[in-house]
Amino acid sequence: MRLRLVPQETNINFFAARKVTFGASMVLMVLSVVAWALMGLNFGIDFQGGTTIRTQAEQPVDVAAYRDALQPLELGDVAISEVYDPTFADNEHVAMLRIQAQEGAESAENEMVANVEAALKGVDETIQFTSVESVGPKVSGELVQSAVLAVLAALGAIMVYIWLRFEWQFSLGAVVALFHDVLLTIGLFAVLQIRFDLATIAALLTIVGYSINDTVVIFDRVRENLIKYKKMALQDVMNLSVNETLSRTVMTSGTTLIALIALLVLGGDVIRGFVFAITWGVIVGTYSSVYVAKNVVLMLGTKRDWSKPSDGGPGGTQFSTSDA
Amino acid sequence: MLQISFFNRLVIWLLVAVGLLVAMPNAFYSRVESHNDAVAAIESGGATPELEADAAKWPGLLPNNLVNLGLDLRGGAHLLGRVQVEEVYAERMKAMWPEVRDALRDERGTIGTIRRVDGPEDQLRIRVQNSDQMAAAMDKVRGLARQVVSLSYPGATDIEVSAEGDVLVVQLSQAERELSDQRTVQQSLEIIRRRVDEVGTREPTIQRQGSDRIIIQVPGIGSAQELKDLIGTTAKLTFHPVVQRVSSPDADATGRTVTLPSADPSEEGVYYVLEENPVVTGEELVDAQPDFDQNGQPAVNFRFNASGARKFGDYTAENVGSPFAIVLDGEVISAPVIRQHIPGGTGIISGNFTVQESSDLAVLLRAGALPAGMDFLQERTIGPELGADSIRAGAIACVVAFAAVLVFMALSYGLFGIFANIALLINVGLIFGLLSTIGATLTLPGIAGIVLTIGMAVDANVLVFERIREELKTAKGPSRAISLGYEKALSAIIDANITTFITAAILFVLGSGPVRGFSVTLALGIITSVFTAIYVTRLLIVTWFERARPKTIEV
Repeated sequence: MRLRLVPQETNINFFAARKVTFGASMVLMVLSVVAWALMGLNFGIDFQGGTTIRTQAEQPVDVAAYRDALQPLELGDVAISEVYDPTFADNEHVAMLRIQAQEGAESAENEMVANVEAALKGVDETIQFTSVESVGPKVSGELVQSAVLAVLAALGAIMVYIWLRFEWQFSLGAVVALFHDVLLTIGLFAVLQIRFDLATIAALLTIVGYSINDTVVIFDRVRENLIKYKKMALQDVMNLSVNETLSRTVMTSGTTLIALIALLVLGGDVIRGFVFAITWGVIVGTYSSVYVAKNVVLMLGTKRDWSKPSDGGPGGTQFSTSDA
Repeated sequence: MLQISFFNRLVIWLLVAVGLLVAMPNAFYSRVESHNDAVAAIESGGATPELEADAAKWPGLLPNNLVNLGLDLRGGAHLLGRVQVEEVYAERMKAMWPEVRDALRDERGTIGTIRRVDGPEDQLRIRVQNSDQMAAAMDKVRGLARQVVSLSYPGATDIEVSAEGDVLVVQLSQAERELSDQRTVQQSLEIIRRRVDEVGTREPTIQRQGSDRIIIQVPGIGSAQELKDLIGTTAKLTFHPVVQRVSSPDADATGRTVTLPSADPSEEGVYYVLEENPVVTGEELVDAQPDFDQNGQPAVNFRFNASGARKFGDYTAENVGSPFAIVLDGEVISAPVIRQHIPGGTGIISGNFTVQESSDLAVLLRAGALPAGMDFLQERTIGPELGADSIRAGAIACVVAFAAVLVFMALSYGLFGIFANIALLINVGLIFGLLSTIGATLTLPGIAGIVLTIGMAVDANVLVFERIREELKTAKGPSRAISLGYEKALSAIIDANITTFITAAILFVLGSGPVRGFSVTLALGIITSVFTAIYVTRLLIVTWFERARPKTIEV
């Protein structure tokens, strides 16, 4: 007996509510940009410069006492948060301190770190500093630049590859879907104020990689069906293709999510933000393959006779496909 | 598609076997690590019974490459430093002043008196009394310029001379600045490497990044501060007369002598008894370059400043035929015999060098102390407990993720799911094999990359199995369905994986640190998962099919 998450034959009309789903996606994208602009991202020190110190103590963390101890040091903006994790032992109490880059400092600041460590030792004898990280403002600026560059380069390279392998409509559809995934992820990070750092950028690029994987598999089937059913309307070909590959989509996203959720729950708090971003991205990426990428292709129409080279005309279509 | 030639089968299984064999040491991590450490220690410092016992923990015939654990998994310190290359320009100008002064003084008759005036540190500004004779003064100073060999500036000299009113300005040329930066960073790297190697922690990473930056990562060191103190120590270079060559550090050291070990690995256990007071010190050395001696053997050419040159000249004149030790930080790096009187402060050290050794020695001689100060732009300390916690959590998560995926696949696809699972296990083995072979570093995001690969690796199999299911509805039998399934799924597998590979490659090129670690595991994961899905799973299915000859199959 087989476990089947999806019935053998499905005939779901994925494009029945396409104005609603596509519209919702567009609204969410705009909202993400708005959230990003209004609330800003909670940049980690990678992008802002400054110092983070992770402490571990045997006594429970008393944030107020920590703050009082650091008060005389006049460090400016200090964020102290307690970290909870199911994998911690009973006498393991972890806090993260984030200290802004100090006035006029061009490089990492040891004296300040030493002062902070001494002050916190005064609060709790058992305190240990399990990780200390300082980034100078100069490097952080460069990191932002190269991160943005990485994301754009990845999108560009993928666009070119798909354009070469399929048609420009597919390429555009895929890239719109990728933008959708990236923006929604950034939006979520802005709304929840999750720390956004270098690892998040890696996660974003992974999302791009995963989402494109998913999109390409369905596109591949669309291309195949376009050749097979030369007279079928584009929308029906797409519906058929999505239905045919649905079982695979659910299986793959399912196994990936199983693996990611295991990591999310058991992998420890150090990489939780990173794994969270990827998990979210897998969900959004799976959705966008169907509801964004294919909608874009449907709107643009596509060439139907794949035995001849594209005529290069607008939409490259040989007959109109849009019924909207 | 169901026919796989014997040769192909052999190659597939051979690749799998080699991959798994290379991955195997990682399953016995601490044992192999102590074996490797012991072997290295025996090579460099001689055997002790404990080291022999550690070395015997792992058979020498088996592969012993391990995946390097990143700082976030092992604990340690990371520094990103910027070499203040401009300091060197100022030094050079300072050293240039007496030379320029002497040259211009000879022309006092025409250009009048000269006076150094204040200016930026990397310029030499000289007021010339008879400013109408500026051209003559400039000519005279230009005469001091030396040709530099630079590909981007052919025919360039090391200094630029210009005039601003009655002020003559000397500064380093662009070509010389670039060469100087190059040398400064190279020297800093070499010195830092020596310093870090001294503490004997394993596998430090010391890399140049960009034009003037250096990344230093030392696993197992207590803190970034400790690492900075270590790097900051000044290198001390001295030249001593040799009293005696001995084979024990306790050899008679009467009076004002010191006994120092040889740094040359081929001179195992050799010690030198040296006169305590050096003849010349490294502070008086101006330059050292790799060169060839009169017999065409690799050698090192060096130059002292005026006072060093005099002391060196006098000593060599009186001691032809005696050995002369070059001591760096309490170790004798070379003890060549003086062949002749060396006047003029330049000399050549010939020894039993290879070209590489002579150029290393030249760097070391120039090295001494760090040539310029360093700013630290980024630093990270990760405690070993945190690393241990992370690795434990990561390992548990991997095992659970794995088990869940295996069960899910077996439930969904039955026997075919089990074939896919075998391929998946092989796949992870191959990833570790590749990581160990290329000596990549496994970081925490790298573990996430492996977990993600587990999820994605099943995708290729899922694509094929789903395709086979579809073909079973229409095709004329299981054999045809299987081969059509593979045929038709191939283009989707290739397209999907190439696009993901593109992102991994871009992450690798543009990323640094943990991002790069993640991209490496992701990229390797893609390669191995395509291999296992297309070749290994298919071979398993074909082998089973040939034996069982089922009339019908259920996927």
